[in-house]
Amino acid sequence: MQIASCLLQNHTIMTLQEIIQPANKVYGKTPLLTDTPMHYCPGCSHGVVHKLIAEVIEEMGIQDITIGIAPVGCAVFAYNYIDIDWQEAAHGRAPALATAVNRLLPDSCVFTYQGDGDLAAIGTAETIHACNRGENIAIFFINNGIYGMTGGQMAPTTIEGMVTSTSPEGRDVMLEGYPLKISNLLTILDGTCYVTRQAVHTPATVIRAKKAIRKAFENTLAKKGTSVVEFVSTCNSGWKMTPHQANQWMAEHMFKAYPLGDLKDQ
Amino acid sequence: MEEVKLMKGNEAIAEAAIRCGCDGYFGYPITPQSEVLETLMALEPWKKTGMVVLQAESETASINMVYGGAACGKRVMTSSSSPGISLMQEGLSYIAGAELPCVVVNVTRGGPGLGTIQPSQSDYFQTVKGGGHGDYKLITLAPASVQEMSDYLCLAFDLAFKYRNPVMVLSDGLIGQMMEKVQLPDYQLRLTNEQIREKYPWATLGKQGRTKQNIITSLELVSEEMEKVNNRLQQKYREVEANEVRYETFLCDDADYLLVAFGSTARICQKSVELLREEGIKVGLFRPITLYPYPASQILKYAKQVKGMLSVEMNAGQMVEDVRLAVNGLVPVEFYGRYGGMIPTPEEIVKAAKEKLMA
Repeated sequence: MQIASCLLQNHTIMTLQEIIQPANKVYGKTPLLTDTPMHYCPGCSHGVVHKLIAEVIEEMGIQDITIGIAPVGCAVFAYNYIDIDWQEAAHGRAPALATAVNRLLPDSCVFTYQGDGDLAAIGTAETIHACNRGENIAIFFINNGIYGMTGGQMAPTTIEGMVTSTSPEGRDVMLEGYPLKISNLLTILDGTCYVTRQAVHTPATVIRAKKAIRKAFENTLAKKGTSVVEFVSTCNSGWKMTPHQANQWMAEHMFKAYPLGDLKDQ
Repeated sequence: MEEVKLMKGNEAIAEAAIRCGCDGYFGYPITPQSEVLETLMALEPWKKTGMVVLQAESETASINMVYGGAACGKRVMTSSSSPGISLMQEGLSYIAGAELPCVVVNVTRGGPGLGTIQPSQSDYFQTVKGGGHGDYKLITLAPASVQEMSDYLCLAFDLAFKYRNPVMVLSDGLIGQMMEKVQLPDYQLRLTNEQIREKYPWATLGKQGRTKQNIITSLELVSEEMEKVNNRLQQKYREVEANEVRYETFLCDDADYLLVAFGSTARICQKSVELLREEGIKVGLFRPITLYPYPASQILKYAKQVKGMLSVEMNAGQMVEDVRLAVNGLVPVEFYGRYGGMIPTPEEIVKAAKEKLMA
């Protein structure tokens, strides 16, 4: 905007060198995001959440003490995109790895990055017990209601009636159980200090989500216990929608089952 | 300073862990090894050496805590018994794939399933032939006394770090529960984070001062690259096989027959050898200490000298396959075993040796 108005007012053509002055910079990629091209589908929420986490780590100046635990699922390659030390866990076990890192390196800042299958199906026990011990870790939880990496199967968080490759007629709760509101469940554990549900589909939600990430890291450094940030997310490929349709569908349907906002903040 | 104590095998594991500079123990109670965690909790090493001790919610969580700790370059371990070790197989495969050092103690009980809490050696296959998925190997040490529980735990850590590979101490409920004199090792200082950074540049301790990030992973989707990873692992295993074979012989030099046994069964067989020798029958005992790498060429050497071998095990016949592979048909290799928690007596082994080898 600045550059455009400047061009209009002066009626002069600026050279490229003149444009790329630090004074004209309005936005830049954090150096913590590597130059590796992301493998995520266009429209997927992972890329935005990655960027926000990388920005917060940079802004807080904690790159050197932060250790990420990557999941199994679409975010398995998270370690290729954020320039910190990483451990790649087995499916669902990230909170167990994070527990050990937290105990053995109490001055580090440990977070897990997990999807709904990882965190709320196969790793339910590890999630609940890490939270219940109040491990000083941050858990970033991508809930898109579907298994993206394996090609669109039903997740524990798939909402009622939602079509997936393993619930082709839509999730029938009488047959397949109810969508698991695991973040709500985690709020009743004494070990969690902060549980919030966010999204990244509009500029306003992105700003709020970034604040939530920052708070989770601040809690971790202050050794306040476990912080959980759920991101209600889109998987337009798995949902078989355009990115725009997916955002609309999420707002219309997913937010009913998973309303946004803080669930616990102590 | 020499310090001799009377203690259970399980207690010796706990004492030795603290003394050999272990940074963290993560475990879940299961009979017959619960004394390991209990002893550690009673000794409160976090006050003395700073060692972390944590009771996990499951064996699955325990081994993955070990994974996380090992990825930080820390000396970490867990212990369990057969059903719990089954739950750890996934984690062991990942740890082997990610090339991380750690120590796992199996105080084996009888199976399959929930089985029995009595001693057994029926986890031999699971330990040395895989257990988890993929082509990997666990360096395996089989103690035959409480003293060796302590000695091999420390050796296990050294081998784990030497090869960046998980090491299994495969004992059983008999050694875990029995009390013997033990000379405990001297206290070794735990490494500081700075020392770990220097010694293990791969450790994920946070980037601090490094330009390149450290990534611990067992994933490689490009087949050509994954083959290279496997080649590197196989090369390491060949190195282990060339350098780390350990075994013990008892009266083998003039033997006409050989008993082959590991762990507590080797202790029992020693008595059987003495009984047979009293009758004038020249029998020796070959005891593999490392079950992987297996002392195959050493056994083959004796195959050229004896008339037959008897593999004695507390299972339905597992190690006997490796003895037969080593001997490669040169002499008959027979098997005698008790299982389900039954422990063979020296006399019944004598009887079996006569029936199977000398009839």
